[in-house]
Amino acid sequence: MKVLLRHPTRVEEMAGPMPVSKLLRLLDIERESVLVIRGGTLVPEDVMLSDDDEVEIRPVISGGSGTARS
Amino acid sequence: MKCRVCREAAVIQLRRHNANFCQEHFLRLCRDQVSKAISDHKMLNPGDRVLVAVSGGKDSLALWDILTNLGYEADGLYVGLGIGDYSDASLAHTQEFAAQRDFNLQIVSLNDKYGYSIPSAAKATKRSPCSACGLSKRHVFDEAALSGGYDALATGHNLDDEASVLFGNVLRWQTEYLARQQPVLEAQAGFPKKVKPLVRLGERETAAYCVLTGIDYIVDECPMAAGNRHIAYKEALNSVEERSPGTKHDFYHGFLRQSAEMFKSNAEQTQSDLGTCAACGAPSPNKVCAFCRLLERADSNQRQNLCPAGTIIETKLEGEWGDKQR
Repeated sequence: MKVLLRHPTRVEEMAGPMPVSKLLRLLDIERESVLVIRGGTLVPEDVMLSDDDEVEIRPVISGGSGTARS
Repeated sequence: MKCRVCREAAVIQLRRHNANFCQEHFLRLCRDQVSKAISDHKMLNPGDRVLVAVSGGKDSLALWDILTNLGYEADGLYVGLGIGDYSDASLAHTQEFAAQRDFNLQIVSLNDKYGYSIPSAAKATKRSPCSACGLSKRHVFDEAALSGGYDALATGHNLDDEASVLFGNVLRWQTEYLARQQPVLEAQAGFPKKVKPLVRLGERETAAYCVLTGIDYIVDECPMAAGNRHIAYKEALNSVEERSPGTKHDFYHGFLRQSAEMFKSNAEQTQSDLGTCAACGAPSPNKVCAFCRLLERADSNQRQNLCPAGTIIETKLEGEWGDKQR
């Protein structure tokens, strides 16, 4: 399957089939810090991904300025 | 996985709720959590006019969408930071979002209004870019919320933002900041009321809300935020959350329930020290506020970079710096 990763943006080829949870484990990615997207919608961890799937692993952590008043 | 509510196929697992949700019930959960935060912390009244600080990112666009869905009259304000392609893309996402929904979007460009960008201000003031950015945005948002007569300024700070800031403030025992780390800051002379309606939603949830509602937000991270201390705090908290779901919620909301009151006197002391900035009239503990000092230094640095013919070469400097960061 084709796996789109970000920061930096790149595509990895992974052999399927395998569940989403295993894909994240193989890529050493914490579940809490990403969403897995296939066909424009979310796929939960127990869904089996097939060899011809295209999925995006989208990070959700964003940073920025604090909250203090000047 | 089945949805906890309807037993249909789930699209997301929320371990901190020990539950899975289908699209319909996840979106309902998000709106309910925002509604509960607004109600619990007395953030807004029905029909309030709200100015939403928008950046083109997942949190601010989700917030604008949810507030409008909940019936508030919400306008957006985008601040152009002048961070090269990143700013161009984030503005495009924001404009497209607002146009598709016929929302009222205001735009303030730091370059056009004040003659500096975040890269040039950071360089001139030797502040970190995130510090110059936060200072600039707070000034612009405060001014716009006050001059526009809005009942409140809403920002997209989510549970992860608040938990990571709290974590940093506790690590260094910054009691003055702890005193002000509230989901609501009431209006006072020179400051609008500020509210954070997303404090019951994690950033994985706001991102999921956007994906499921078709909100096309900017996924790329600000190139100037790389190495930001708060990102490291978030990663540390996510490692704990992975092993113990619900920790971030308990850490932040436990602080609000049990400890925030202890630091209140630090905030009162700080407020009593506030005077008025001689340059812009905003509240400040100093003769000239931090924003006006930044403006003065950015302006002075720009004048030093005038070539003999009087052409400002600062623009080129910004481009070079931005390119390196990308």
